[in-house]
Amino acid sequence: MKTYMKLAWRNLWRNKRRTIITVSSIFIAVLLSALMKSMQEGSYDGMVDMAVKFYSGAIQVHKDGYWENQRLNNSLRINDSLIDALESSDHINFYTPRIESFSLASSENLTKGVMVLGIDPERENQVTKVKSKLVEGVYLDQNDEGVLLSAGLAKYLKLNLNDTLVMLGQGYHGVSAAGKFPIRGIIKHPNPEFNKMLVFMSIGQCQMFYSAEGLLTSFVIMVDDYAKIPKIQHSLIKSINTNEYEVMNWEEMQPVLVQQIESDRQTAVIFKGILYLVIAFGILGTIMMMMSERKREFGVVIAVGMQKFKLKTVVFLETILIGFVGTIVGVIGSLPVIWYFYKNPIPLSGKSADAIIEYGFEPVMYFSMAPSVFLNQAITIFVFTAVIAIYPIYYLGRLKVINALRS
Amino acid sequence: MNIIEVKKLHKIYDQDTHPVHAVRGVDLNFKEGEFAAVVGPSGSGKTTFLNMLGGLDDPTEGEIMIDSVNINELSNRKKINFRMNHIGFVFQAYNLIPVLTAKENVEFIMHLQGRSKHDRELRTKELLEAVDLADKLNVRPNKLSGGQQQRVAVARALASKPKFILADEPTANLDSKSAANLLEIMEKLNREEHITFIFSTHDQRVVDKARRVITLDDGMIKSDVQV
Repeated sequence: MKTYMKLAWRNLWRNKRRTIITVSSIFIAVLLSALMKSMQEGSYDGMVDMAVKFYSGAIQVHKDGYWENQRLNNSLRINDSLIDALESSDHINFYTPRIESFSLASSENLTKGVMVLGIDPERENQVTKVKSKLVEGVYLDQNDEGVLLSAGLAKYLKLNLNDTLVMLGQGYHGVSAAGKFPIRGIIKHPNPEFNKMLVFMSIGQCQMFYSAEGLLTSFVIMVDDYAKIPKIQHSLIKSINTNEYEVMNWEEMQPVLVQQIESDRQTAVIFKGILYLVIAFGILGTIMMMMSERKREFGVVIAVGMQKFKLKTVVFLETILIGFVGTIVGVIGSLPVIWYFYKNPIPLSGKSADAIIEYGFEPVMYFSMAPSVFLNQAITIFVFTAVIAIYPIYYLGRLKVINALRS
Repeated sequence: MNIIEVKKLHKIYDQDTHPVHAVRGVDLNFKEGEFAAVVGPSGSGKTTFLNMLGGLDDPTEGEIMIDSVNINELSNRKKINFRMNHIGFVFQAYNLIPVLTAKENVEFIMHLQGRSKHDRELRTKELLEAVDLADKLNVRPNKLSGGQQQRVAVARALASKPKFILADEPTANLDSKSAANLLEIMEKLNREEHITFIFSTHDQRVVDKARRVITLDDGMIKSDVQV
């Protein structure tokens, strides 16, 4: 095999200019598609982070049926066996209880529907790092009677630090919920939609507001590795009473986001498919020329005793090597470019930014350095070149030694 | 002892459309150690005959027995192996593998035969010394003259220890000095190591050196003279 590899490698460079042109075209294809893939995956990571890190967590535990019917009446009561299950799981970094509902919030003549999150301030900060989003004022204490307002909401209601927020809503079992809350701080939530509608309060205060003492709507769980989410979810399902609770991962809770990412991925596959097809024809052209130029040489080596399958192995290796060299050069070339954008995401402005904000995402173009960004290109080129390698194999299969020698 | 027996050999090209009778009923035997030249005008069937002798082309009729094996009955795969182990080829245009050095070109067939590295290196050195190219071991064909390339081709042909060497117009592309030098080497190998050479040629210098001259005309043997 070593000899065939040596032969293939030397054959590759017998027409340096042609090989360099082919390798360059693969390099450009790899660079473009790696950039595109990196941008896509970076954006998806940003979207998922937005959804998971700043709100839903990786997994949530609810009372069974809560997600279908998200009402306070479907809330759960804290239970030792549930806490034990959460504490004993290896891959759960943090978990936090929440009570979540809606209410009307007012100031003077302005009213707006808001999302109220009753949180354990310390635990919530471990999961969603909400404290770091504070732009004014102070963070909540454990039994704080005040609230944190998202910046967009504060702006809409024209409220400032230490002003009073009035809320009116429906509590547990239809009880009226009404209260006045001093504003302790203003938070800038990275999700533009949430930034217009979030009110945080301590969990005790929130339970009191909704007359739901001892009740929670969810446990929000953060894990050490997203890839382990299904495994952790499965182990939680096994360790708690599933007649009483439901355990959902972020993908189940946000199917629209998952669908959006999937459909975007499919569109990109078509685009990259066209790009690679153009490159594949370029490689095929090179291989066809190479085969045609060496017809006589093939005849000679078969005449002197080289079996066709050995010759096929050499030309197969040549084809694969072209792809391999192009991919390696492409990956090495795209690494610094993608690294730069990974470290310096592109902030969007104008209409494109508005459109992204409208979808509830941050108007920033992130890039990903995930190994799959590069690995996918290598696999694609390998598959393409392996398919192209069928041509020389077919050509040699049909080659008549005597015709080749006469050529 | 005959190493090649050719019986009633015919070759017809384009049999169905415009039949061309290139070889017509040739009967010939070659003994071990012969230094024979097949001569004749262009189109007389020399190359076709040699190609069939080397198992590169199939006869339309007749049989070729080499070492008591009817090569036309062999499958393609077996025929390739048979050629590798029994027949050495020297082509008019040298046809060395351009990406391999002289040493690697000679070693190539031995590598295909699965011989050990030590064995290959020993024989390569021996053969390149025999063709006066011991100092060109690591030189690629494009850095060698035509005569030197043809001498590497002879060394390559001998590498597999074949029963005989088929040389199709080996001196056609060489200047007189290189041709004479090549012929001298081949004659010496024949004389000292009893290697059988069968040439197809137009070159009078080759004919002059040959100890048997077979003249083909219009696909038939016109004469077969032991010199």
